[in-house]
Amino acid sequence: MNYATWIFLGVFLTFAAAWLGLVFFPHEQLSGLRAQKDADSGQVFPPPYSGEALYGRSVYVREGCWYCHTQQVRGGDYNADLARGWGARRSDPRDYVHDAPHVLGSMRTGPDLANIGARQPSDKWHYLHLYDPQLTSKGSVMPPYRFLFELRKIVGQPSPEALELEGAASPAEGYEVVPSREARALVAYLKSLDRSYEFKE
Amino acid sequence: MNQLEQDQGGWTARRAEIDRSCATPCLVFYASSIFWLLAGTFFALLASVKLHHPEFLADWSWLTFGRVRPAHLNTVIYGWASMAGIATLLWLMCRLCRVPLMYPAMLVVAAGLWNLGLTVGTVGILMGYSTGIEWLEFPMPAAFLLFSGFAIVTLWSVATFAQRQAEHVYVSQWYLFAAVFWFPWLYVTVQLLLMLFPVKGIPQACINWWFAHNVLGLWFSPIGLAAIYYLLPKVIGRPIYSYYLSILGFWTLALFYNWAGAHHLVSGPVPAWIVTASIVGSVMMIIPVVTVALNHHMTLHGNFRLLKYSPTLRFIVFGAMSYTIVSLEGSMMSFRFLNEPFHFTHRTIGHAHLGMYSFFTMTMFGSMYYIVPRLTGREWHSARLIRIHFWGVALGFALMYLCLSIGGVIQGLELNQAGESLEKLIAQFGYLDGISKFVEGFKAQNGAVPFLEIVHGTLLWLKLRTVSGVLLLAGHAAFAVLMVMNVHAWGRRHIGPTLFHDEDAADYDRALRQARADLTPANSGD
Ligand code: HEC
Ligand code: HEM
Ligand code: HEM
Repeated sequence: MNYATWIFLGVFLTFAAAWLGLVFFPHEQLSGLRAQKDADSGQVFPPPYSGEALYGRSVYVREGCWYCHTQQVRGGDYNADLARGWGARRSDPRDYVHDAPHVLGSMRTGPDLANIGARQPSDKWHYLHLYDPQLTSKGSVMPPYRFLFELRKIVGQPSPEALELEGAASPAEGYEVVPSREARALVAYLKSLDRSYEFKE
Repeated sequence: MNQLEQDQGGWTARRAEIDRSCATPCLVFYASSIFWLLAGTFFALLASVKLHHPEFLADWSWLTFGRVRPAHLNTVIYGWASMAGIATLLWLMCRLCRVPLMYPAMLVVAAGLWNLGLTVGTVGILMGYSTGIEWLEFPMPAAFLLFSGFAIVTLWSVATFAQRQAEHVYVSQWYLFAAVFWFPWLYVTVQLLLMLFPVKGIPQACINWWFAHNVLGLWFSPIGLAAIYYLLPKVIGRPIYSYYLSILGFWTLALFYNWAGAHHLVSGPVPAWIVTASIVGSVMMIIPVVTVALNHHMTLHGNFRLLKYSPTLRFIVFGAMSYTIVSLEGSMMSFRFLNEPFHFTHRTIGHAHLGMYSFFTMTMFGSMYYIVPRLTGREWHSARLIRIHFWGVALGFALMYLCLSIGGVIQGLELNQAGESLEKLIAQFGYLDGISKFVEGFKAQNGAVPFLEIVHGTLLWLKLRTVSGVLLLAGHAAFAVLMVMNVHAWGRRHIGPTLFHDEDAADYDRALRQARADLTPANSGD
């Protein structure tokens, strides 16, 4: 056989072997995972996302929140994911059966969000924080997402959803800041992130 | 004229013909790569400033951190590094196979497709059409354009290899040959599984990191190593130290690098066996890495003085040494006890730039210093600009690596000080007193450090990283100016290389003659 054929074969076989190991077999093992239905209560875990939350998820993906936030509580001996209170248990492959893209994340410039819905259920807090993280978390390096909000003239009654901004942050007299549809969906998504249910084996 | 001289005369003419055939496509790829390097540096600086001044340009959605960061990664990876890599690959392939490039116009088309793909992809990310998968953020149409461009590069490389006139297949050719196969396989598999028949959840994460790691190990690393294997012996005029070591290095790399992908998911929600397999692969990588390092070191051995004069050599050796360091560091980082505390910190970003910058980017700079004058027939115009380039990027990188490593280690220890984790980490360092004491200092006093305090702790290091980015930018700008001058035929005709200091030419010649003193003309190459 000629030289090129040998190199080609070797290169192909080494590649194919690892492809089987890291792509094919994990896929075989895990792609059959489905959400679990609790026989007594009829609830499904993990619960499927609502349409609103799914739209919020696309905003989360688009704005790249996942470059600063992970969504995985690790097992293992040498980390404090559980001890820091980022979740009640280690994340399980089954927690992610509805997720595409996966947004597991690779940086913790900000805290893990796998269970942020359980930790921070307040709409008001989330809106303020997204509008300007300094309002709730002075010194944060999280960017403000003011572009997900609308500044509009108050016509008639002020909107119940308007942000309660004080001092320098408050809009001009007669104006209010309200979350856009995207911001509302994003918060719905954040609030749906609660993986504190348990799977039955 | 004896036989040997006649052969060499024939080869000199042939070589000129090969360089001429490569000139247009390689220069188009190189020029584009520099454009994307500058674009990528611009996005990098934006991202870097935003990490310590979040209000900076915050009200434009298309420049928010979460879009600028992937714009940085994708422009430097697919724009700068890949395009510079492809030009180097094509030229090396033709030189080593001793055949001119066929139908060079088609490769200009490939460069056009690739540039179009990058533009569509980058604008797509900024407009909010990212796929949301790290290292693969370009939306589908962009991926398709990139792939079409690359298909041409693969076909041309394989055809060139098939027509080769040289009977010996040099180690660089194996690496290049492997790289042009690996990359399209990777890219097609991943596009099929993530975009066309999308898998969800954890299998998707496995595929994601299998791809991201293999792009580094099976695309950039082989090209970088091929360039070093070619240029190191070439510049000093001595053969490579050991043929057998190069074979061993190549095949062990092929065997183990493939397996390392899941070390990006250590202790995550994936079956443990996958991660363990990857950790084994990562640790076994020590074999090819040490083999290659030894081979390069012994080739250069005794001639380190040449680093003082030759820009090509200095950049290449900087790259080669970084390859050894980044890989050994990587093998260490895949151990559970070192990975878990530092996994999600700036430490990883430091490692990433040690690989993609200090190894690959520096190697590409070195290659361009050698190859471009052979394409244009002109030497580099200004030794001073070369010095600015070298010191800007060398010091800039050193500062970046230092502050990301220090900042990342502190961040990692603070993030993981709650519970028992530091006790267990210290137990791993039992015999290293200094390290144990240092880690001890981070143990939680009264509960965990609040998250915001950890954030404050990283600010100084992130600001210094921005400073390092400015130094890197200065270096890149100097290089871009040199390139423009060269292509516009400022600068003298190519006779010998431009050295770091003009007045050193005589010393350099003497050192070169000494390096080659014990060689017969037959094995001194060209
Ligand atoms: C530059 C990095 C960065 C980006 C991008 C980012 N964040 Fe954050 N985030 C942080 C940091 C740092 C904190 C911690 C301080 C604080 O509360 O602001 C944080 C905190 C949070 C918290 C509160 C977590 C807790 O445990 O209290 C939520 C919720 C959050 N971010 C959501 C988001 C969303 C949604 C996005 C995308 C629209 C986003 N973040 C983008 C850095 C980032
Ligand atoms: C034997 C060789 C190597 C090993 C074992 C290795 C190991 C690792 C590990 C374990 C990580 C994950 C860190 C984490 O997230 O905790 C990592 C990340 C990374 N490595 Fe390496 N590395 C090696 C060589 C290289 C080389 C040669 C390059 C560059 C050409 C490189 C570039 C990167 C990059 C860019 C990342 C970051 C990926 C991301 O998070 O986006 N590595 N490496
Ligand atoms: C001008 C100099 C540069 C600066 C200031 C810079 C800065 C940055 C910043 C701020 C990030 C994001 C880190 C985060 O999310 O926390 C990043 C990521 C990255 N950069 Fe650069 N960069 C520079 C040049 C380069 C070059 C030339 C390359 C490669 C050729 C490169 C490759 C990468 C990679 C691979 C990542 C992803 C790392 C990861 O996910 O772990 N960078 N860089």
